Amino acid sequence: MMLDDFFTRALLAGLAMAVVTGPLGCFVVWRKLSYFGDTLAHAALLGVALALLLQVNITLAVFVLALAAALAMLALQTRVALSADALLGVFSHGALATGLLALAFMTWVRVDLNGLLFGDLLAVSKTDIGVIFAGGILVTGLLVAFWKPLFAVTVNREIAAAEGYDPVRYDILLMVLLAAVVAVSIKIVGVLLITAMLIIPASAARRLSRGPVAMAFGSVIAGVLAVSGGLLASLRWDTPSGPSIVAAAALLFIAGLLVPQNIWSKGTAP
Amino acid sequence: MLKTPDPLVTLRGAGLQRGGRWLVRGVDLSIRSGEIVTLIGPNGSGKSTTARLALGIVASSEGSVRRRAGLRTAYVPQKMAVDWALPLRVQDLMGLTQKLSIAEMTKALDLMGAAALLPREVRHLSGGELQRVLLARAVARLPELLVLDEPAQGVDFSGEIALYDLIRDVRDRLGCGILMISHDLHMVMAATDQVVCLNGHVCCHGTPELVAQSPEYRNLFGDRAAAALAIYQHHHDHSHLADGRVQHPDGSITEHCHPGDGHHLGETGTERRYALKGFDDA
Repeated sequence: MMLDDFFTRALLAGLAMAVVTGPLGCFVVWRKLSYFGDTLAHAALLGVALALLLQVNITLAVFVLALAAALAMLALQTRVALSADALLGVFSHGALATGLLALAFMTWVRVDLNGLLFGDLLAVSKTDIGVIFAGGILVTGLLVAFWKPLFAVTVNREIAAAEGYDPVRYDILLMVLLAAVVAVSIKIVGVLLITAMLIIPASAARRLSRGPVAMAFGSVIAGVLAVSGGLLASLRWDTPSGPSIVAAAALLFIAGLLVPQNIWSKGTAP
Repeated sequence: MLKTPDPLVTLRGAGLQRGGRWLVRGVDLSIRSGEIVTLIGPNGSGKSTTARLALGIVASSEGSVRRRAGLRTAYVPQKMAVDWALPLRVQDLMGLTQKLSIAEMTKALDLMGAAALLPREVRHLSGGELQRVLLARAVARLPELLVLDEPAQGVDFSGEIALYDLIRDVRDRLGCGILMISHDLHMVMAATDQVVCLNGHVCCHGTPELVAQSPEYRNLFGDRAAAALAIYQHHHDHSHLADGRVQHPDGSITEHCHPGDGHHLGETGTERRYALKGFDDA
């Protein structure tokens, strides 16, 4: 069967991730949440440690921990007299350090720390693919269904609030979606590089897109190219898959900078 | 006034406290269909806060804010920034909280003389252009309650007069209630039914004429208030010449539904300014 080939599994999982992180990454970029995403990912490491300790499902534990961290930060941002930037720094590195400590203490479990930090796409199982596809369909479905209010709240909270969209509700929805993406993609690119897959494809698409929907599709295309390119490179030169994918995405971004900005003004608009 | 139907929104002793400080307190205010209520007051007097309370963007810390159930609202904020990362076109902004066809968008923009802006990126609009787009977006919602926070920002003197005429016209067409914030009483007098003068609390309220003559208002605004009254008289004379409640003082703008059109405004504005001068000299 096709899925028996490790490369096919890796490619399928990676492409599914790219389809999900593309549009969601646009929201991360639009709302300037990249540091926020890092913090979620670092909290995810703590989630892995806890899952191993309590022997529960890792994906679920990561989701819960990442979501808890996200909601805590949302709540604190409005109440604590510390800049959001500093607060995120405290949370982000605090979670990373605590997660690493917890893993170091648990001498009885053998953890592939490298795999956790940087991902190991070539080792995804059929079950992993199932989780990634189910999670991906759920996240993308919710994103499409609530696109309008999510977008309205992103563009202008005041207008959205005045005209019937409760911003806090959609903040929470976005956090849930982000936490879910972190949970399902931790295996693929690892804790340290998840945010890269949210930000880089979206940023690469920005200069070449007119309109928000075009940018969402553009970032999916950029993500798909990055995953395919990165995986092929990884196979050919035997490089770690996660960093290869992110490096490919960064290359795409740089290539995008070389395309003239007014590409659409003469040609056809998308 | 007394026998008009239920108010769209009613504030009773409403106030908002943030960080131990009252931004505004003790606001009593109600807006009915077809009524234009203007909030005036110095900087930091709580005008925007009051508008945000009325819309429910923020919840009041004391007192009550009651909106009619299912009230259809539209809001034109004071300012709006769009980040580079967001490729937001005028058409995306127009359809932000509503489903609109391109034809409907064009029609609403056309009313503001801004139809040509439709494919443009919002980031690249000038202050005045963005103001028109935001106004068109709000009007296209066919709101029952329209809230405008300093709608004349970035619009020059002559444009401002046309803008207030236009707002009155919107009220007449839609029959909606309008809550408007202005920095300048004399500019909005002709287009206002009720004025609420704020200074951290309601300092005085009533018809524009009453407020302009009240000692509280004169205390708050000093010499400017007296001058404003004089200018207001000029406006008053002028609109009488042209006559009709809906009609603009200069007939030329009204007939073309293009009051927002740049060149047009410039011309009529100059004419009007000369007319005012002539009046002064006489």
